[in-house]
Amino acid sequence: MDRADTHTPPPEALTVVPLRHYGLWVGTAITLAILGLIFKALATNPAFDWPTVGKYLFHPSIIRGLGQTLVLTVTIMVLAIIIGTIVAIMRLSPSRILNAFASAYIWFFRGAPALIQLIFWFNLALIVREFSLTLPFIGTVFTVKTNDFMTPFVAAVVALSLHEAGYMAEIVRAGINSVASGQTEAAGSLGMNHRLILRRITLPQAMRFIVPPTGNETINLLKTTSLVTIIAVNDLLYAAQSIYARTFETIPLLIVVAFWYLFVVTILSIGQHYIEQYYGRSDQQQGVSLRETLKRAFRFGRVAQPA
Amino acid sequence: MTSKAQNQARFGVPDNSMVFARGVRKSFGAIEVLKGIDLNVPTGSVACVIGPSGSGKSTFLRCINHLEEVSGGVLLVDGEFVGYDLRHGKLYEVNNKLLCQRRADIGMVFQSFNLFSHMTALENLIEAPMMVKGMSKAEAKDKAYTLLERVGLSAKADAYPRQLSGGQQQRVAIARALAMNPKVLLFDEPTSALDPELVGEVLVVMRDLAESGMTMVVVTHEIGFAREVGDQLIFMDGGVVEERGEPREMIANPQSPRTREFLSHVL
Repeated sequence: MDRADTHTPPPEALTVVPLRHYGLWVGTAITLAILGLIFKALATNPAFDWPTVGKYLFHPSIIRGLGQTLVLTVTIMVLAIIIGTIVAIMRLSPSRILNAFASAYIWFFRGAPALIQLIFWFNLALIVREFSLTLPFIGTVFTVKTNDFMTPFVAAVVALSLHEAGYMAEIVRAGINSVASGQTEAAGSLGMNHRLILRRITLPQAMRFIVPPTGNETINLLKTTSLVTIIAVNDLLYAAQSIYARTFETIPLLIVVAFWYLFVVTILSIGQHYIEQYYGRSDQQQGVSLRETLKRAFRFGRVAQPA
Repeated sequence: MTSKAQNQARFGVPDNSMVFARGVRKSFGAIEVLKGIDLNVPTGSVACVIGPSGSGKSTFLRCINHLEEVSGGVLLVDGEFVGYDLRHGKLYEVNNKLLCQRRADIGMVFQSFNLFSHMTALENLIEAPMMVKGMSKAEAKDKAYTLLERVGLSAKADAYPRQLSGGQQQRVAIARALAMNPKVLLFDEPTSALDPELVGEVLVVMRDLAESGMTMVVVTHEIGFAREVGDQLIFMDGGVVEERGEPREMIANPQSPRTREFLSHVL
């Protein structure tokens, strides 16, 4: 120490020597090597058959399948958000019966595998042959055979929205719980009733905690809808399967399917980012209006800057 | 006879009483936190409640607008029960709609401000007048701007709570309570969460309110405010009123040894 001190320059002239991260260099080199191998395989392995991929990418039946997948995702998600919110409110109610019912709902519909629920609803006719509404003194108002209305599409919507609602209920409940109790008290002291408080104070604040996981759920659901091929709903995957069942171009068509899923997921992720920004606006130093948020969303090619 | 006149005759409520408590008790499970509180706050006067933490002073304040239910005793605001109706010698809990109507007349200011964090200052002020009283947006905004000016925050109408200092937030919270034209304002330690240099700006607003004739019940640690603005001072300890009196006199010459000890710590 004493010896080193004789060489020590004055404090302002001291230089900092960064620590060398040899492990990082080795890791980077290995990763680059693996990437290179993957690209080589993608480019040279004839099984990928890129011209065929290109041929089917915008094939009418693929596009129709994609449309069906999107319709399914949106319909199911909207229903799941509505049902989930109702279940979450029941779960938070002071009534033990409502609370227990909501817990049981979440336990069952979240717990049972989506695929099993899907097949179950599709085969509902095995349990209930027909539905009829019979009123006293009036008689049977209408009767409908289960098989007539439980089409593959309806079965898919019912099964997956009930399943997804189980997840949404927990997300909404966690969101509502995250709002400080002082907000409810302050609203109550101003004479606002329970419903008004929920609609105007609690839910809008809970949105900041509900939106990010809901975005994840939507992305997840988009992919989960591919399960409906098993009950012959003509979605994206089913459209591809129908083609490669005839032509045996299995791998290129699966690449087409994967491409479209990734494309939609990317769009959804970008949308989610801006929705989050909108609901988080009270957190920012500068207030951001909805118009401003949308303006930024549609200005292409620019990475969003937090205000 | 109106229920108000009936109650006044039955419970011996003095004329001109805004908040009247007789033998108010409150238990949380087996723990009794209020053991019979008596209080009369005449209209237009300021009552300051002081006491160590855990003395039940905040709980009592929250009983006044029924944020806490009382376990026994009589608690009237402007001659009426807040959360109950007296019929056939029994107190029936009122439905949510009626409770909300009565609460709308009782303003409350919280220690932690509790401004609606997803709304701007202006939106905080117009929310309840529009949603509860059905006021038009234009009228509510007019009123809100007047009130923001009164608390010295016209320039902050479009700011979100997070963008305001503690003192500014509390002044907006006071304006929000005033927007409902309350008969009485309850303050629950309004300056306890503030940095020392921000306490003054809130007290100025409160003093201004008191001078304008607002009936106020103030739970506070600001002995100076109690002495200068209060019409009566209540010292609570262990769930009972230990001592009460004219603030100047009581602070200068406390009778109970417990009051003397408490004042020696806070003065």
